[in-house]
Amino acid sequence: MYKIGVIGDRDSVLGFIAVGFTVYAAEDAKQAAVLLKQLASENYAIIYITENLAVDLQEEIDRYKEKTVPAVIVIPGKEGSTGFGMMNLKKSVERAVGADILFKE
Amino acid sequence: MANTNVNPTRMELKRLKGRLATAKRGHKLLKDKRDEIMRQFLDIVRENKELREQVEERLANVYKSFSAASAVSSPQILEQALLVPRREGEISVESRNIMSVNVPEFTFQLKDGASAGLNYGYAFTSGELDAAIEALSELLPTLVLLAQKEKTAQMLAEEIEKTRRRVNALEYIMMPDLEEGIKSISMKLDENERGNTTRLMKVKDLMLAKTHANAHAREKHTQEA
Repeated sequence: MYKIGVIGDRDSVLGFIAVGFTVYAAEDAKQAAVLLKQLASENYAIIYITENLAVDLQEEIDRYKEKTVPAVIVIPGKEGSTGFGMMNLKKSVERAVGADILFKE
Repeated sequence: MANTNVNPTRMELKRLKGRLATAKRGHKLLKDKRDEIMRQFLDIVRENKELREQVEERLANVYKSFSAASAVSSPQILEQALLVPRREGEISVESRNIMSVNVPEFTFQLKDGASAGLNYGYAFTSGELDAAIEALSELLPTLVLLAQKEKTAQMLAEEIEKTRRRVNALEYIMMPDLEEGIKSISMKLDENERGNTTRLMKVKDLMLAKTHANAHAREKHTQEA
């Protein structure tokens, strides 16, 4: 059985404890990178990570894109959505199709 | 070019033709694969986008209620409420095969014995916290589904890129190379063939000339005698 991990700043992720996720608080990107690596090597199937941390961890996150588990998913932190998660999605569309066909206004 | 330096033999020609046939078949298959993945990818990515919009919006609400909750009760109480009867969820992963890409399917459940309701005392906590947790619980399935779709989209994107590169390599490098090799070999073979024919004709001419000359000489000889 796999677990679900959440990495983010303390205030954002506290609530996720209540619904059964395993929560790790990270104050900066460096800490988050270490946590991400650790979680990925353990049996976590989904790792949610808040946007403000993910911005500086693009490379680390990309490393898990080809593997079935874990799925590293960016979620907005308590400051609200910065559009980084959407940008990630947009990027994978661009990568596959060669042009951005989904988000054009 | 890789194939221009090969021996111009029939065997080599046959080999190259075989490779070209395989390359063409592979190219067609890969192209079909690419188109099909692309079709599925677009569906999934559209779903993914909707889910993400939903999650981002609802998560913002959850955060709002949480900050409301932390405004009413002290951080210690909040943390205590959330931490003490620690609940653990677990997730089972099954993999599904989309065009030979193994994408995960997640199913979330709470570890046995854990109740789905709020499991802290109501005395010290506020209603805001209850609301926040309830909202988050409601969001949970969507959150897990988002993870599944997003992972699938990522993996398919990767696979599309790979397949497209292969298709292009076959179409623009492998197949022209082979065709050129075949062309140069068959041209060389034809040239040899022509060379051979001319040589035979030449030899025939020489032999004819020789016989004529002999016949002539013999005739002259009999006349003189």
